[in-house]
Amino acid sequence: MNGESIQSTVANRTPRPEPALLPPVDIVEDAGGITLTADLPGVEQNELSIGIDGRTLTLDAPLRLGEADSLVSVYAEVRANRYRRSFELSTELDTTAVEAHLKDGVLTLRLPKLERAKPRRIEVKVGS
Amino acid sequence: MYPSMLNPSGDLFADFAQLQDRIDELMWGGRGASSIRAVSRAGAFPALNVGTWAEALEIYAFAPGIEPASIDLSVEKGLLTLSGQRKSPEKVGKDATVYAKERFDGAFRRVISLPEDSDPERVEASYRNGVLKVVVPRQEAAKPRQISVNR
Repeated sequence: MNGESIQSTVANRTPRPEPALLPPVDIVEDAGGITLTADLPGVEQNELSIGIDGRTLTLDAPLRLGEADSLVSVYAEVRANRYRRSFELSTELDTTAVEAHLKDGVLTLRLPKLERAKPRRIEVKVGS
Repeated sequence: MYPSMLNPSGDLFADFAQLQDRIDELMWGGRGASSIRAVSRAGAFPALNVGTWAEALEIYAFAPGIEPASIDLSVEKGLLTLSGQRKSPEKVGKDATVYAKERFDGAFRRVISLPEDSDPERVEASYRNGVLKVVVPRQEAAKPRQISVNR
């Protein structure tokens, strides 16, 4: 990246994005689709936003711990209160049939493949 | 929520991490994401945040996907030990391809030194949305109190 493009990136960045945590993920593909597992501790189910815009999948959620305002932080390894991460989806995935499940701070997202994109076995006929 | 958690001051490493954040922001600002440094770089699992107030010390352990009953929490000689194991739930099939494996997998153990005025008899722990919250109350005598001045 050269200096000019850094400057243009900074200039274009309005409004400035809020600092966000990048959740760690596991991504596994099998014949039927892709399974994405993400660690999102401290996220309420109704506050998790899973957005699909064109080919981009975006996870966005606030991290909430508690409501004690008088709490003074003495040590922090997690230093932001929002998770955000985006993924580019390939065209063979069916974005209308995505299934999501959040349990104990772990999100499991199933992205099935379109019927036409599933692997098929092609019989090879022996010409006689 | 916890504004002071976002800007820990007086810590050289935190200042350095903030500088790193700024550099990342300049380089990757367009993406709108920065890394969860303490987890992905330092590798410690679960990540810990500690807060304090007049009545107690509160420890938050970011431990998603763990059966609460399997977490081993103990206090001994002023040390709070948190240990357990996180396993990958399913075996990856033969025809499957793994594209990312960033999530922690295996045994973990973290030890926290408690302040002298803490009361180990009354430690309470709860697990919600993948966050283990441990409340360590302060001893009665150590709580701050107002003393009225008589004339």
